[in-house]
Amino acid sequence: MPVPRIELRGVRKAFGGPEVLAGVDLAVMKGESLVIIGGSGTGKSVTLKCILGILKPDAGEILIDGIPAGRIDRRAFLRDFGMLFQGGALFDSLPVWHNVAFRLIHARQPLSRRDAHALAVGKLARVGLGPEVADLFPAELSGGMQKRVGLARAIATDPHVIFFDEPTSGLDPIMAGVINDLIRELVTEMGATAVTITHDMTTVRTVADHVALLHGGVVRWAGPVEAMDACGDPFVDQFIHGRADGPIAAIR
Amino acid sequence: MTAASLLLGLLASIGRSTIGLLAATGRVTLFAADAVSQLVRPPFYWGELGRQLIRIGYFSLPVVGLTTLFTGGALALQIYAGGARFNAETVVPSIVAIGIVRELGPVLGGLMVAGRVASSIAAELGTMRVTEQIDALTTLSTDPMKYLVLPRVLAATLALPVLVGIGDVIGVMGGYLVGVYRLDINGANYIRNTVDFLETMDVVSGLVKAAAFGFILALMGCYHGYHSGRGAQGVGRATTDAVVSASVLILAANYLLTELFF
Repeated sequence: MPVPRIELRGVRKAFGGPEVLAGVDLAVMKGESLVIIGGSGTGKSVTLKCILGILKPDAGEILIDGIPAGRIDRRAFLRDFGMLFQGGALFDSLPVWHNVAFRLIHARQPLSRRDAHALAVGKLARVGLGPEVADLFPAELSGGMQKRVGLARAIATDPHVIFFDEPTSGLDPIMAGVINDLIRELVTEMGATAVTITHDMTTVRTVADHVALLHGGVVRWAGPVEAMDACGDPFVDQFIHGRADGPIAAIR
Repeated sequence: MTAASLLLGLLASIGRSTIGLLAATGRVTLFAADAVSQLVRPPFYWGELGRQLIRIGYFSLPVVGLTTLFTGGALALQIYAGGARFNAETVVPSIVAIGIVRELGPVLGGLMVAGRVASSIAAELGTMRVTEQIDALTTLSTDPMKYLVLPRVLAATLALPVLVGIGDVIGVMGGYLVGVYRLDINGANYIRNTVDFLETMDVVSGLVKAAAFGFILALMGCYHGYHSGRGAQGVGRATTDAVVSASVLILAANYLLTELFF
């Protein structure tokens, strides 16, 4: 039986109050695109940060290629990893090109600034931004452009594991479509393993191989995207149709 | 409520505060140890260190220079006024020099730089924390302690002695200007008295203090910014806490170091 690229077993996490994650079980196979859906505040971003080691789970186990996360070479894992943050998380003090090529400039065998600039321009083109953007600072960009620069940074080293935190929020429908197609392309062509957090059902249907609904600190439903519409789970049904009435309380 | 329960409440409150203080001390100590340990673990971001040296050292020069200039002048007036009661006006140059070099230069310089730099570091790192830039650094295989904290702490530790050294000269010059042009002390005598009375240890102790204050103020700025709470309020609180804790620790460290060099 193939070993999942990333696996969570009974992961729990609280921040002094009620548990945000109350025993999350998830598995992402190599080359698969998993989309995690769920209402705001249900712990989707916390799940990603636990996998990355930015947050330490209170209980449970996280396995990378079958090895407990605490025992893996984290630097090696991160070298082959990219992440798009919800707000872009661009470094204010650095120009766009330096943001995009940050990892390559600060690598053990760094790229020259000229090569890094050229690479950044290429990655920016891939997310629909022209070369004139490369020398601007993040504060000079719109929110949507910052998001695209964040995506260019996430794919700068052609990583094999990529996390996307709300990749299309703040983008117009056309650019959202471009980004969704790009994520799909990365997974299909590069064989990258992707975990995406989103509320956007278009993104879910475009990029997902598998979908997991997080609610009440646990995975309420998980399965192939094709089975999502007919799964019969009232939580999934309410979420994908955006109904105010249902088991997911509208006011949390 | 009985007297016994009041006493118990008071003791519990003291206990809670003590435990809180010890826990905070432990957290800051671990943070400092983590930052310092980065010195022996490559890679090292020389470019960041250079940028912070300019930002913390060079751009703080006007603040430190003006502070010590006016302090030197005021000190000369005060010592003259006090010395006149004992017919000891001639001690003005030596006391100004010792006062500036051993005490006021490093302490006031440290406090002024704490106000300028600790707040700025805390606000910058706090904003980076809130906007997930620190998390982004981690995902880009870059240790935030190495990239953000160590260059700032090291730059402040190296820059403060230089700043205070320059401030000492300006402070003594402030005393000279007031002494010569306001109090009619002979200029050549003023300089001779200053040079004759100052000992190497006076200068060294002041510069060691300055290095310690630089370490403290940058550490407090980094610690509070790095652990900033959410939103604008969290960043604002981190900034205030950084300046207050840096100032109090500078004054406490000053006493301890003065005892050491006494």
